[in-house]
Amino acid sequence: MHGLVNRSIQCFLRDTYGDSLWLEIASRIGISENGFESMLTYDDSFTMDLLNASTRRLDKSVDMLLEDVGTYLVSHPKTESIRRLLRFGGETFFDFLHSLDDLPERARLAVPDLILPNLELIDIGEGQYELQVRGTHKEYAFVLVGVLRTMADDYGALVFLDQALSDSGHMTIRISLLDSDFSEGRSFSLARPDATVPEEHR
Amino acid sequence: MSGPQRFPHPEPAAPVESASPGKPAPELTDAALERLMPMHLVLSGDGTILKAARTLRRLRPDMRLEGMNFFELFELRRPRGATRVDEMLKAEGGRLSLAFQKDSHGHFKAVAVPLANGQGALLNLSFGFTIVDAVQTYDLTAGDFAGTDLAIEMLYLVEAKSAALHESKKLNQRLQGAKIAAEEQAYTDTLTGLKNRRAMDHVMARLTREKIPFGLLHLDLDYFKQVNDTHGHAAGDEVLQGVAEILVHETRETDIVARVGGDEFVLVFKKLADIDILREIANRIIHRLEEPIPYNDTQLEISGSIGITTSLRVGSATPEEMLEIADLALYTSKRAGRGRATVAPIVGASSDDLTGNQP
Repeated sequence: MHGLVNRSIQCFLRDTYGDSLWLEIASRIGISENGFESMLTYDDSFTMDLLNASTRRLDKSVDMLLEDVGTYLVSHPKTESIRRLLRFGGETFFDFLHSLDDLPERARLAVPDLILPNLELIDIGEGQYELQVRGTHKEYAFVLVGVLRTMADDYGALVFLDQALSDSGHMTIRISLLDSDFSEGRSFSLARPDATVPEEHR
Repeated sequence: MSGPQRFPHPEPAAPVESASPGKPAPELTDAALERLMPMHLVLSGDGTILKAARTLRRLRPDMRLEGMNFFELFELRRPRGATRVDEMLKAEGGRLSLAFQKDSHGHFKAVAVPLANGQGALLNLSFGFTIVDAVQTYDLTAGDFAGTDLAIEMLYLVEAKSAALHESKKLNQRLQGAKIAAEEQAYTDTLTGLKNRRAMDHVMARLTREKIPFGLLHLDLDYFKQVNDTHGHAAGDEVLQGVAEILVHETRETDIVARVGGDEFVLVFKKLADIDILREIANRIIHRLEEPIPYNDTQLEISGSIGITTSLRVGSATPEEMLEIADLALYTSKRAGRGRATVAPIVGASSDDLTGNQP
């Protein structure tokens, strides 16, 4: 598994539940306090151990935990760059949804060895969409639900989301776009805010 | 390629002639042109701006661009100093480089094509590499660019790459820190595989603390600098590795052989403080060092100067002081003509001590 994935979960745990919880989980899965390096690749078993230890410690199901990770990734100040990169997908939530098909390619442009699941958006009509998530790890779909829910807020859209395992074994996220102009949402400018300031200092 | 593109002239306008009669050129409305090229300009033959598309108007919100003279608004970088429309149209491929007059922002690349009526030109502008500054300066949005313009992808890539680079940099910094820490903790000289100064300090401190007698040889190579200067660093490195081999061969496994400087070595002989044996070892080492080392088509010749002392001859000297004593003896060898070993005098010893200290 790409280090970015493990690192995301690590940062979520640390920033949401505090250092002590992360240290507890780190020692349980046998990784140093610094944890994962985002630009290295790890054996998948590390990710599984990390998820198992976290769900047990937090008494949460893995889908709930990963949905929270998704929300964290696009709403926490420390991960603002991810939110910004996703906002390049389009000016409205509708555009954003349609940009999801390109998401794996976009991610690869930035980090060539980051393999994300294939995404296909099917427009059923009347604001109903199905996002099919195909890849080796169906857990990505849970993260995506968190990302989509939070990005809808970001764009000021009102959506209803629901996930299911399809007959052919891949995950499907059903999206009802109830109102694309529900609230003001968060502002977004193509220009990077204080582009010269390193991220930690923002 | 089809003939010159035809488009509606915004002026009361001369009748437009089709350039290639068989193929009617597409008629485009103003709105269509704006959508395709939100940064285009239509100029009359004398350089008057007849039309400025919406994104260009956004860059100069407090000016009415239509009616202004193009060359008063823009400065041509390529073709440099052009002041007439026909000069611009002669540019290779119609490719232009221009900037707003008296403005550090707003460099553009552009392509100029002649209008179908032969009077004036259409210019399509783009930001080129100044795109990142431009979105900041003019607060542009995705809607300000043509749907086929790669500006948004470019901006995305710039941000994505700098985020990825930032992560890589953090990793590099951590690895660098870890490397320095590892080096500081290391006991091995990486070039020769011998122990390093840190290891030597450690061993001498322990032997001194535990009052275990030991002998000390301080060796400095002779003529090594000439080898380095004449044959290069690769030859020098080979010599050092050869020297290391000799030193290891001429000592016991329990002894410590350390490279403590460029061509400086210290040998610590545990539980061996017999000055005669140490002198014999030193002479044998020098003898071996003087054997020529074949290197490419030539022979490298060096020697060594050695200073000798033992823990029993230096009273209560600290390891550092003991090294200085051996170093002085080493320089006596150098001054006496190199290629020899000198035993350091017994330190601060009365004649009683001298007999008592001799093994």
